[in-house]
Parts: sequence; C-alpha cells; structure tokens
Amino acid sequence: MNDLSASSQITYRAVPIRPAVARRIRGLSDQALAWLFITPTIVLLLAINIFPLVWTIYLSFTNYRANRANAPTIWLGTDWYQSILTDPDIWAAMQVTAHFVVWTVLIETVLGFGLAFLIDKKFRGHGLWTTIILLPMMLSPAVVGNFWTFLYQPQIGLFNYVVAFFTGRDASSFQMLGDVTLSPWAIVIVDAWMWTPYVMLICLAGLRSIPDYIYEAAEVDRASNWRQFWSITLPMALPFIMLAVLFRGIENFKMFDMVNLLTGGGPGSTTEVASITLKRAAFESWRTGYSSAFAIILFVTVFGLANIYVKALNRVKSR
Amino acid sequence: MSLDANTSTLRRGLADRILRRGPLEAIATTIIAAGVVMLMQPFFLTLYSWSFTTTLFGTVMFTIVSKVRE
Repeated sequence: MNDLSASSQITYRAVPIRPAVARRIRGLSDQALAWLFITPTIVLLLAINIFPLVWTIYLSFTNYRANRANAPTIWLGTDWYQSILTDPDIWAAMQVTAHFVVWTVLIETVLGFGLAFLIDKKFRGHGLWTTIILLPMMLSPAVVGNFWTFLYQPQIGLFNYVVAFFTGRDASSFQMLGDVTLSPWAIVIVDAWMWTPYVMLICLAGLRSIPDYIYEAAEVDRASNWRQFWSITLPMALPFIMLAVLFRGIENFKMFDMVNLLTGGGPGSTTEVASITLKRAAFESWRTGYSSAFAIILFVTVFGLANIYVKALNRVKSR
Repeated sequence: MSLDANTSTLRRGLADRILRRGPLEAIATTIIAAGVVMLMQPFFLTLYSWSFTTTLFGTVMFTIVSKVRE
C-alpha cells in the first residue's frame, strides 16, 4: 500500500512540464507539430532514396566513371539509353531474364497453389508439414546458393545421384551448372525450390478467405468437386494468385544474389540475367554512366510492375 | 433545343464514363504490361528498342490517372 502511494507520488512529480517548455510546445500549431515529427523521416528518405535516384538519373546522361572520379564529366544526352536499347547483348540478357522469370513464376504458382490446396484440407499433421515446406523460404539466398552448388556437383552432388536413380543415366555424365543447356534450368530449380513455399502461403491465405457457406450452397445444388473448384475455389483465390505472380515476377526480374553464387552468369553468358550484366558494367568495366542508364531502365520496368502489384493488392484488400 | 440538351448530356455521360480512374488505370496497366513484354520478347529488336518508352509512358500515365476521381 505504501509502495503504491509512493509510486503514484513519483508519477505526479514527473508529469508537470517546466512552464517555459510547455509554453513553447503550446505555441506550436497542430500542423507544425506534425511537421516536427515527420521531418526526420522525410530527411532520411531524401538522403537514402530520392537523392541516389536523382543522382543516378543525372549520371545516366553523362560519361562519368566511378574509377576516374576526377576526370571531366561530359553530358551525353540519351546516348547510353539508345546504346542499351539497340544492343543485341543486352537484349539477350533480357531474354535470359525472361526465361528465368517466366519458368520460375509458372512452376512456383502451379506447385504453390497445389500445395496450398492440399494443406488447406486439414489432414493429420498438416501443421508439421506446413513448417517443413516453409523451411527453404526462411534460408538466406547466400546459404541456398552455396549448398545447391554442392548438391549440383557432378561427382559428389546428391542431385545428380537422384536424377541418375530415376533416369538410369550415369550420375557424372552431366553437369547442371557447367552445361549450356542445363544451367538456365539449374537456377530455375533452385529458385522454385526456395520460393514455392511463399506462393503457397499467399494461396493458402486466399483459400482460407473463401467462406464455407458458399461450398455448402454448392453442395446443396449438388455441384461436383470439379465444378466447385472451377466455379468457386479458383475464381475466389485468383486475386491472391495474381498477387503472388506479380510479387515473384518483380523479385525474379531483379534476381542477383542466387544466380551470382550459383553460376556467376556462366557458362559463357547463358545465365547472365540483367542484374549480372548491370553489375559487370558497373563494377568490372566501371562504365558508371552506362550502367546508371541500364539501372534506370530496369527501375522503370520494376516501378511499372509495382504499380500493377499495388493495384492488385488494393483489389485483394477490398474483398 | 431539346436535341442540344440531349447531345450535351450524352457527351457528358461519355466523358464521365471514360475519364474515370478505373478504365484509365486499366489502360495504363495494359501499356506497362505491353512494355515489359516488349522488353523481354525474343522476336523483334525494334520492339525491344521501344519497350522502355512504352513502359515509361504507361508508368507516368498510371501515376497521373491514379489521382483522378473514382
């Protein structure tokens, strides 16, 4: 009792503000106070987001090289943009990116939705299976890249032995990461392995949001399971599937770390996705102006896709 | 006179239907998607060359029309 009264006394002593400070705060309008609170965030955003973007846009019109920072900078206009947008090598890198994006998104969506559909049927131990399925998603891409490099080893890698077991081929007769035909598929497999659980989670959220009474009404109307799937499950889960497709599409369009660890763009340039080409231009050739223009082209593409993503997200939210 | 009034109403109705956020956003989204497809398609270099302009146009259009009333 005594303790309680003592603490309340302490609280009472702590609350009053010195008259001068109180008068100063009281003198500020609501709007001024709001500005006071959001100014640090705005300054931080300007410093770490807006300024680098504006600076990159400026550099993309110049011949600036980061390894010769003191050399005079010449204004080139849209030369770099024209050069990139007519370069067959960059076009080829875009096609490698397209192969990677299309196949990973397709495989992840089909497998992810299938897994979500199975997990949604609450069987015994479904919680444990969900946790096991989600594990790859929680790993760092650097770790995944490293251990898949070992799994793909033709001599000691487990992957080759599994393929050999099912196909009857010699395990050391093919190299997933060293073969021109197989290496683009090797990175697709790893990405699908890692990110299918993510798509599954989103699809699961979509499936769980469908009210039971719709299925009950369909049962009353004697609709078959197949009909229920096509007329209820798929249309109602579609906004969520779209969301997963867009998110994975955007993420894979700018994929760098895993491809860099697995193949580094090789063999030759068969797995050289756009971000690897960008890294080579920026930090191996030191063509900063050129790579800035390339980065802006990629940024506009991602920004455009992100707009569609936000639109899809709003549609999901409004449900 | 009544003809004029009807025409103006019709015209306003058409403008109201077109100049709304939904349809305009759909157009901008289609342009962005077309730009991304043009960027990644393996068939025509000319389409690839115009992809950035198309995506940029779509993105700017989307940013503007998202401020238009519902």
